[in-house]
Amino acid sequence: MSTVVETHDHGHHGPAKGLTRWLFTTNHKDIGTLYLWFSCLMLFIGGSMAMVIRAELFQPGLQIVEPEFFNQMTTNHGLIMVFGVIMPAFVGLANWMLPMQIGAPDMALPRLNNLSFWLLPMAFGILISTLFMPEGGPNFGWTFYAPLSTTYAPSTVNFFIFSVHIMGISSILGSINIITTIFNMRAPGMTLMKMPLFVWSWLITAYLLIAVMPVLAGVVTMMLMDINFGTSFFNAGGGGDPVLFQHVFWFFGHPEVYIMILPAFGIASHIIETFSRKPIFGYTSMVYAMSSIAILSFVVWAHHMFTVGMPLAGELFFMYSTMLIAIPTGVKVFNWIATMYRGSITFETPMLFAIAFVALFTIGGFSGLMLAIVPADFQYHDTYFVVAHFHYVLVPGALFGIIAGVYYWLPKWTGNMYDETLGQLHFWLTFFSVNITFFPMHFVGLAGMPRRYPDYALQFADFNMIISVGAFLFGITQLLLVFIVIKSIRAGKKAKPEVWEGAGELGLEWTLESPAPYHTFTVQPQVK
Amino acid sequence: MAYLRKFSFKFFQIIFLTLPATLLGEESDYNMPFGVTEVSGEIFDLHMLIFWVCVWIGVVVFGIMFWSLWKYRKSKGAVAADFDDHFWLEIGWTVAATLILVVIAIPSTTVMVKAYDDAEGDINIMVTGHQWKWHYKYLEDDISFFSNLSTDQEQIYGQMPKGEFYLKEVDEPLVIPINKRIRFLITGNDVIHSWWVPDFAVKQDAIPGFINTAWTNVPEPGIYRGNCTELCGIRHAFMPVVVRAVEQEEYDAWVVERVMLAEQEKLLTSKEWTTEELFERGETFYQTNCVACHQVNGQGIPPVFPALAGSQIVLNDAPRQIEILMEGVQGAAMASYAGYSEVDIAAVITYTRQAWSNDENGDGVIVTPQDIVAYKNKTEL
Repeated sequence: MSTVVETHDHGHHGPAKGLTRWLFTTNHKDIGTLYLWFSCLMLFIGGSMAMVIRAELFQPGLQIVEPEFFNQMTTNHGLIMVFGVIMPAFVGLANWMLPMQIGAPDMALPRLNNLSFWLLPMAFGILISTLFMPEGGPNFGWTFYAPLSTTYAPSTVNFFIFSVHIMGISSILGSINIITTIFNMRAPGMTLMKMPLFVWSWLITAYLLIAVMPVLAGVVTMMLMDINFGTSFFNAGGGGDPVLFQHVFWFFGHPEVYIMILPAFGIASHIIETFSRKPIFGYTSMVYAMSSIAILSFVVWAHHMFTVGMPLAGELFFMYSTMLIAIPTGVKVFNWIATMYRGSITFETPMLFAIAFVALFTIGGFSGLMLAIVPADFQYHDTYFVVAHFHYVLVPGALFGIIAGVYYWLPKWTGNMYDETLGQLHFWLTFFSVNITFFPMHFVGLAGMPRRYPDYALQFADFNMIISVGAFLFGITQLLLVFIVIKSIRAGKKAKPEVWEGAGELGLEWTLESPAPYHTFTVQPQVK
Repeated sequence: MAYLRKFSFKFFQIIFLTLPATLLGEESDYNMPFGVTEVSGEIFDLHMLIFWVCVWIGVVVFGIMFWSLWKYRKSKGAVAADFDDHFWLEIGWTVAATLILVVIAIPSTTVMVKAYDDAEGDINIMVTGHQWKWHYKYLEDDISFFSNLSTDQEQIYGQMPKGEFYLKEVDEPLVIPINKRIRFLITGNDVIHSWWVPDFAVKQDAIPGFINTAWTNVPEPGIYRGNCTELCGIRHAFMPVVVRAVEQEEYDAWVVERVMLAEQEKLLTSKEWTTEELFERGETFYQTNCVACHQVNGQGIPPVFPALAGSQIVLNDAPRQIEILMEGVQGAAMASYAGYSEVDIAAVITYTRQAWSNDENGDGVIVTPQDIVAYKNKTEL
């Protein structure tokens, strides 16, 4: 891919000064930065909740918190990590990188972009404020199954519902913006099949979001009606159906799972090709694999519900459809490895995170395949085996993808290289502690420890102690990431435009100077 | 320091001794239990089969990956090749992945069809999940009872050493005979619970408004312990499942005894009770069923669980208190206790009206089993 680099001077219309710059900004880079810092803040809030959970589970018995508060912690940890960390971080990366990768001056709808970010602090402000109300925050799990979340919920559930509505609006607006940008603002010559894979992954993700966010809004609206207006969607006593809740929730929930991983696929692809110094293997099959994963995600939802009492045909259908997902996912892993094969590989921090992503996400994929097997799932369901599985795909999966992306593009954003020694240290500490935390969860789960338990039988004590120690280490290590990022913003070795050796060939963003000027590609580049 | 040393010793013991044993598929504390039934054994085998398939795929895939990372590292002067596609390779690994999945799908389907069977049992038991205890009702015999956690609060709060079956023990286990087909009809009374006994490989959600089925046929006598596995509120971790499987003769004797006990309970209703007798029985009942929320001192955990000590209803409004016990409180955690005997309900009401100085501060009205019978007669009309 070669381009015409524009040399127009932008010094005379830089960003506004002070707080208004951030409140009223319509610049994709500023909004990307806001999204990323917001999700960083949420990472530490949601992470502290995980620390409370792990402190309580350090030993059997109730020592630190009461079960009621424990349930609030598990619920809010899940909600914040899913909706407040992973999703906003990917949107932040999209905001920064999509226009620069497709050669556009900004997002197509900049004011909408500002709105979709500023809705998020509102939503999470409301959600977190419930923890300080007399009845306490939501305590029914992040999956908020009715009737625990309706008839039996604390009255603060109404704040939770409102907050989910706002998050949903923010995501839908963001997705509309991304789709519009990708379809209308690509540089001349950049056909769909020449788009960088991160752009592809976000195009697919944005469609998933538009398809399922209204479903989530629907299910919480039904809850709202049941709680306040006397309907009985989910109340068996009034002729309703509690299982309907789960069907609707997971029809949203499963595509949501892929919303949280597809952009990481895109990021990993870029990083692996950059540090293997070899173009991505099987670009076309990567695009088809992501598309098939997205389409399949709509027909697998009931594998979260194998124990609700479905007919045999239903159980088998959802087992087979779930197993099918292993094929495109496997193809992606094979392609990444084929990209490394006969490359010229170096191991900078983004590459280390990307390699760990491939390996550990695959482990999460394996346990996913095991969970797909219905009869075995009767034993795994709702135990720590499931907790191990989804943390493997979300922490060393999605979160490692995000961290890798941050290291990879940080020099382009700040103009300074990050401290490579500290980056390596951060990686190894993170890699070590993430496995100490989540790997033993497989074993306690198989041995029979159910999830969402504030207290447990003595046989699980050893492993829980190890898990807690790993979790504390993992938590503290992430402060290092913040330090490294701030250090790179303030000073550091100046980054070249291509930043990474040979990256100039790989994407339009590397043709821009580092740091990228406030306005870029005001004249569209030509892609051959 | 001694604590740290003990911790690191355990850590290495687990890494180097327990995990290898687990990987070899032996019976281990850290693997899925083999269980005692035919189905649980087959599920265990299926689990190990998929596990090993995953391990071998992992060995091959990660092997190639780490070998490539090692061999083609730039520091050894590797020069990147220039290829980015291979049609037949792509087709090849897609087909290979599909074939592996088919190989897994076949035994999975077979086991599933076998495990899924809702035909009548020799014995049919209705299992109802309540916040936070299980209720068992034998459909063929006139037996029904609640099964509560029997671990002391002191053990949970660390004021007493924890027993061997900490959080895995109940006052009244479910009793079943061996070598009989037992069918469970599983439902929920309030929120969704899930009834799980790992050794039978039976896990079925207990959903209000639905009756799910599961079955087992246990070949060996023993005590089998399980849990509630669907988040059901604050005491989710404190409603274990315990099943005692016994020889047929023992089971028959148990049935006779239970039926007799039920008869005696009925006689107790018409007996004249003194305040002291009711207080004593009520205190026992309160310790088992009420302390978790309303606390030993009757102070509750406001605002979710109201205090009983000094409550206007407990002090001066006996009819309303009876109503609450019988019907529960709509939209709150308080469930109906109508499934218990008239004696128990009368006793626990009397207890709460006498304890914590409530008798001095309120009207001190005693509630007798006859009052509960009267309430039942009134509401049934």
